[in-house]
Amino acid sequence: MKPIAPKPMPRRFHQARWDEPIIFELSQPGQRGVLLPPVEAGIKQQVGNPAQALPEPLRRVVPPALPEMSQIHVLRHYARLSQENLGVDLNIDVGQGTCTMKYSPKINDQLTRTHKLSELHPLQDESTVQGILEVMYRLEGMLKEISGMDRVSLQPGAGSAAIYANICMIRAYHEARGEGKQRDEVITTIFSHPSNAAAAKVAGYKIITLYPDENGYPDFEALKAAVSERTAALLITNPEDTGIFNPRIAEFVEVVHAAGGLCSYDQANANGILGITRAREAGFDVCHFNLHKTFSTPHGCGGPGAGASGVTEKLIPFLPVPTVEFNGEKYFLDYNRPQSIGKVRPFYGVTPNLLRAYAWIMSLGADGLREVSEVAVLNNNYLLNKVLEIRGVSAPYAKGKRRIEQVRYSWEQLTRETGVTSEEIEIRVTDFGMHYWTSHHPFVVPEPMTLEPTESYSRADLDEYVAVLRQIAEEAYTNPEIIKTAPHNSTIHRIHHEPFDNPAEWAVTWRAYKRKTG
Amino acid sequence: MNPPKIVYPYIPNSVPEVKAEMLKAVGAQSMDEFYADIPENLRFKGRLNLPEPLLSEAELIRHVDGLLNKNRSTREMLSFLGAGCYQHQVPAVCDEINSRGEFLTAYAGDPYEDHGRFQALFEYESMMGELLNMDVVNVPTYDGFQATATALRMACRITGRNSVLLPLNMSADKFSKVETYLHPDISIQRIPFDPQTGLLDLSALKSALDERIAAVYFENPTYLGLLETQADQISAAAHAVDALAVVGVNPLSLGVIRPPVEYGGDIVCGDIQPLGIHMYYGGGHGGFIATNDDPKFVMEFPSRLFGVAPTIVEGEYGFGDVAYERTSFARREEGKEWVGTAAALWGITAGVYLALMGPQGMVEIGEGLMQRCRYLMQKLAAIPGLRLPFYETPHFTEFVVNFDAARKSAAQINRALLAHDIFGGKDLSAEFPALGQSILFCVSEVHTQADLDRLADTLQEVLK
Repeated sequence: MKPIAPKPMPRRFHQARWDEPIIFELSQPGQRGVLLPPVEAGIKQQVGNPAQALPEPLRRVVPPALPEMSQIHVLRHYARLSQENLGVDLNIDVGQGTCTMKYSPKINDQLTRTHKLSELHPLQDESTVQGILEVMYRLEGMLKEISGMDRVSLQPGAGSAAIYANICMIRAYHEARGEGKQRDEVITTIFSHPSNAAAAKVAGYKIITLYPDENGYPDFEALKAAVSERTAALLITNPEDTGIFNPRIAEFVEVVHAAGGLCSYDQANANGILGITRAREAGFDVCHFNLHKTFSTPHGCGGPGAGASGVTEKLIPFLPVPTVEFNGEKYFLDYNRPQSIGKVRPFYGVTPNLLRAYAWIMSLGADGLREVSEVAVLNNNYLLNKVLEIRGVSAPYAKGKRRIEQVRYSWEQLTRETGVTSEEIEIRVTDFGMHYWTSHHPFVVPEPMTLEPTESYSRADLDEYVAVLRQIAEEAYTNPEIIKTAPHNSTIHRIHHEPFDNPAEWAVTWRAYKRKTG
Repeated sequence: MNPPKIVYPYIPNSVPEVKAEMLKAVGAQSMDEFYADIPENLRFKGRLNLPEPLLSEAELIRHVDGLLNKNRSTREMLSFLGAGCYQHQVPAVCDEINSRGEFLTAYAGDPYEDHGRFQALFEYESMMGELLNMDVVNVPTYDGFQATATALRMACRITGRNSVLLPLNMSADKFSKVETYLHPDISIQRIPFDPQTGLLDLSALKSALDERIAAVYFENPTYLGLLETQADQISAAAHAVDALAVVGVNPLSLGVIRPPVEYGGDIVCGDIQPLGIHMYYGGGHGGFIATNDDPKFVMEFPSRLFGVAPTIVEGEYGFGDVAYERTSFARREEGKEWVGTAAALWGITAGVYLALMGPQGMVEIGEGLMQRCRYLMQKLAAIPGLRLPFYETPHFTEFVVNFDAARKSAAQINRALLAHDIFGGKDLSAEFPALGQSILFCVSEVHTQADLDRLADTLQEVLK
């Protein structure tokens, strides 16, 4: 036997293609997926069937037209669909910049599967939940240290919910001081997550958005012009989505403070600065973390995540209820907080993810967290160097400077020279078993691409991602058709998008599809 | 001598030689160079004060087990707690699917590399659509509280009005969330409930309704477990002034209870936790919002809505975002509220649950829950000193028991039950002072007749 040839780079990927029907098409009348515990004869004899006895306006006459399937067929259908999905476990997930797609350790998943967590009811007597309350109390303590804040609420359901909780606390603070009506403006930046602007709008604020100056920093002069006695808060990220750290951030905070406004630090992604710099040192009043980004809990196809809202002393009275307290003997929930903004979600938070984040920090410690950040930043600068060797791509702003944990690149030159756009590259990347993301809208950086390698990927992983980008760039110059007709190795082929924006055709459910196409 | 440098299993490039080579490759002398833009006065000095790490899995398991073993779960105790979080059997296949790394660790993938996620969530929307008899269901939002709050904001945008009516028989926590979320531009008026039936006070509702009202929110089953027998009249009253009926519903009831759209519900919302998601100490929630397929309604959803469309290949299903331009992803503060990471995996899980249950399972679970509930109500009503204030009203899985005549506080009762390894129900005395010393008990399909009898017998004993 001749030696088998070495693997090519990039690899010859093909996504799973099960050609799986819609689940309703798999229905076989009479099949059952699970059976229920029978109701004992003694119960039936005594009460009959109250559901059947309901008055007509309340009683469902026709059972819901759900699929009828045996158990293995439900399992197989979803197992196949799962194979038509990539996650961090399968791909070199550096292409979803801003979202910190890092490895979610399996041991932490395993820890959540005990009935000592999964089968706890939130209203159990506190004496029977001391373990989980202690986890929450300790996690708060860790996040206080990492942020420098005085208290942290673990209640928000994810990052945007934490942003919203923060703006609600800020609003309550101003209202308590009699300045609620006067302070009706919130300032944010275009390179901060759109939820900062959107959540503040829901809370009743007018939004002022700052754009970058020629160096990519949020425009300080524009901030000074925007700040006034109407300013409720500045909601800002640092480093922003460009990965450029704003060295004047403390001055930004001072300008807003001088006008009586508060400052909220969007630390959804804090992956590059753990143990390096904190919200406290820069003077922020409020901050939030996404535990599903920096602190490794899995993203679950879009949640559940978990948010953590940190506040300084003056905002503690406004924290959501309840807080988790310890009196030296036992842990307990404190609802007696008269100035609280109230509830931001049912009960206390996305508990399985709180446990995962706690376990992750416990498995790394102070030195490990610093190592996370340093390697994430090293990986990013390594990737930056390699990407900039590719024809047609650039990293706008801050020329020659190092970046923190991510970079927003631009394919402007490539688009100009070949007609291939970043959105087309996004589709072509899937042919190589990888994910790629442009940026939030609007595209301030033309033809954007946002990469964030985190600490989870090896040098060889980064080299492989770069090899894919390089090949696609070469294709753009030599054979753009292969990009324009992508995907070629995906589960499916190019989608006709028109129905999604046409009310006569769009179909959010199978029943709507049947009705509109029938 | 310095201890050897740790190579972290989660950090491939923490190997010192690799780091050195990579630094060299980018022309940096040290890690500090990357942080050159962070001014000295912003640097955190020293080492974070965190517990020493547990570097091995064995140490971590021992530590976390040590903490969690202090908990006593509903597997170890007999529980009658509900009040917004429900103990049900979670089919093994639900856990199997939501534990698969392809779903668990994926995120904002596009429809080509993450086709599976789009199809699974489209199917979730579709099965919820069958359950609700409605054509539009969102990719889940955070939880039922958020779904309610957003449904009310949607109603205000749809009607162009800024006042809503909320019932006094809803959960205080849910009201708190909604109140914060509607502040400052939407005003709220509370509608009392009839102390005899526990249901909404129709005449109070009618006198509060006028052309300034955007929506009437009511629940079926209500927070206190009652089936709202006047649902069609409430909707009709709202519609009479061109207000919308926003209905909160437990989706697990819909095998036997009529879906709200059939009694006039315009926007239906609730929590999917009962559909195959563990309680997780209140950490297993996801919210749904459903409407008819009317662009006026669809365009007001903040959530993502995954739709089906053809591809260039005959016979292939493709998926994508319906009316994406509504969202804050597309338009920041000009979008509808906001969208972000919420509870997609729980949506996939609820879809698996509905597929496993099928129509027959949903009918059977509804019937069985109502039978157990009525049985336990009858048992407890027969105990001297206990009063079931809304006994004559149909119930789903929960019911109120008042202990005033027994001269015991709800807290005392729950403590006494705990001593018998029973989690009693939710103590309502602070939340609903008008109900006196009352407890909200909840049944589950995991309860046997013997379990229900045990609660009754134990109550009888502790009341002696």
